[in-house]
Amino acid sequence: MRKADSTHQSDIVARVALRRGENATAILEISGRWLRDARIEPVERILTELEAQSVKRLTIRPDGLEAWDSRLPCYLLKIADYCVAKAIELDIGALPQGVRDLLALARAVPERSGARRHQERASLLVNIGTRVLGLIKDSRLLIVFVGELILAVWALLRGRARFRLLDLFIFVQDAGPNGFAIVSLISLLVGLILAFVGALQLAMFGAQIYIADLVALGTVREMGPLMTAIIMSGRTGAAYAAQLGTMNVNSEIDALKTMGISPMAFLVIPRMLALVLMMPLLTLYADLMGIVGGAAVSYGAFDVSLIQYYHEIAKAVDIADVAVGFCKSLVFAVLIAIAGCMRGMACGRSASAVGDAATAAVVDSIVYIVVSDSLITLVLNQLKI
Amino acid sequence: MAYGDFVIQRDLNFTIGRGEVFIVMGGSGCGKSTLLKHLIGLQQPAKGEVFYDKQNFWSADAEQRLQVMRRIGVLYQSGALFSSLTLAENIALPLGEFTDLSKADIADMVSYKLALVGLAGFEDYYPAEISGGMQKRAGLARAMALDPEILFFDEPSAGLDPVSARLLDDLIIGLRDTLGTTIVAVTHELASIFAIGTDSVFLDSDSKTMLATGNPKQLLAESDDPRIIQFLTRGKGRGGTQMGVS
Repeated sequence: MRKADSTHQSDIVARVALRRGENATAILEISGRWLRDARIEPVERILTELEAQSVKRLTIRPDGLEAWDSRLPCYLLKIADYCVAKAIELDIGALPQGVRDLLALARAVPERSGARRHQERASLLVNIGTRVLGLIKDSRLLIVFVGELILAVWALLRGRARFRLLDLFIFVQDAGPNGFAIVSLISLLVGLILAFVGALQLAMFGAQIYIADLVALGTVREMGPLMTAIIMSGRTGAAYAAQLGTMNVNSEIDALKTMGISPMAFLVIPRMLALVLMMPLLTLYADLMGIVGGAAVSYGAFDVSLIQYYHEIAKAVDIADVAVGFCKSLVFAVLIAIAGCMRGMACGRSASAVGDAATAAVVDSIVYIVVSDSLITLVLNQLKI
Repeated sequence: MAYGDFVIQRDLNFTIGRGEVFIVMGGSGCGKSTLLKHLIGLQQPAKGEVFYDKQNFWSADAEQRLQVMRRIGVLYQSGALFSSLTLAENIALPLGEFTDLSKADIADMVSYKLALVGLAGFEDYYPAEISGGMQKRAGLARAMALDPEILFFDEPSAGLDPVSARLLDDLIIGLRDTLGTTIVAVTHELASIFAIGTDSVFLDSDSKTMLATGNPKQLLAESDDPRIIQFLTRGKGRGGTQMGVS
């Protein structure tokens, strides 16, 4: 015979006691106020006692029950499930009607077999394996996407791609003019930094004039296209992924498919075209701003006159360098569009999935950009361009 | 039908006749919407075929499937309107893509379709600016834009008030009678099922297969399966007494 009550912790007192009756029966006495803030003896203690007493029938007597809310049926449900599992007869006839109704409702639809999921901690080997499989799946997705994209571009070249021109203009506006400010700022500052860091070293040999070469070639061939691409992947790549991901969540992409309109042509082509049109222009502009930034440092900190700066650049940089940067930016544009749109369309069906898609898009784009930049630079080096 | 290794339904075998109002019924989670996805070209069956008029849908190439999909219209559970386009632009999209109508004619057709679903005057509203029920009706207007031969509905009455649900029923009957449209609806709404359903299939989630096909009224009168009777009578049983929930 055990009793538990709590008068010290909270003001609400709820009591439960298990008493032994005759002929392997037990009586569960419930009294007090069974409310949300009450301290109640854990149900496991009652269940262990039932186990120990090997009871065949359990009667519940709520003689002193003053008030109850969800605490009571919740508690009793566990006892009821235990009784069913151990084939103990349960008598709830004395309980208030409301409690009995709630218990009946909670037990009306039996737990679907196979529905409950179990959390398992996987070993390191399993985790590695899962990652590798995930990588393989992603690569497949990429290859399929690029294949479909090539088919869509082929259709575009034959004049058969279906998308709204208005959409294209909206994307062009967003990728181009709307990105002007941030590209200006970043490329100006990068040019400045490049010039400053380089000139500090060059000044030791009195060779400050070669800042111009450093900044101009570095910007036009590498930093211009690279920085612009990274900016655009964060701005526009993520935006594309989020737009398409949200459309996926709303079943809008399914709706396009069942309408007989190819999502690749309708959604992806205008986005890719916008980037391909705008990024080279932004890159050229970034090149200019980088050179201007370098000029500011050269003139302001290292006493290189602007005329000297200009002439040095004219000697060092020729059209081939600018063309290299331009072509790189075209490649980067396509890669960013692929990364953004692929992750968007493969997005899962929840809000957090859209966030994951945007993140994955940016990470993918940056990886593609830097890897392709390295490859291109390597190849051009070998070809001595 | 399966997601990976998890089988949702198996051994489904039924025919939808032209001009029927075919209801797909079953408890929650039994795979009704998944079945719809298999029929409209969004998901390939793990095993089995879908035939449109003797043409094997899934073994045809993508172009032929696209052709078939242009002859059907789908109303998704939440409308699936394109959120960056107004209602008018939503409905005008398939019209502009697949017909040779002039801009003015398309605008007229859009107004007509919107009026049919009770949304006259809402042409320039964006989907985010209208209620859920209105989004659904706009989605229906878009599904009907090309006067498709078959219309698929995923829970058409969910979220509609009783009067709108009745108007929807009337619209469905009207489409069937005037244009000969075949209707396939996944729905729970018993009133609609009995009012307009002419054929049906009942899917069960525990046995993962179909339990019966046929006219819902006939199923109610003749079926022996308690699960079907419980569904069709809202748990009351044929005699009108409460069927025990134990």
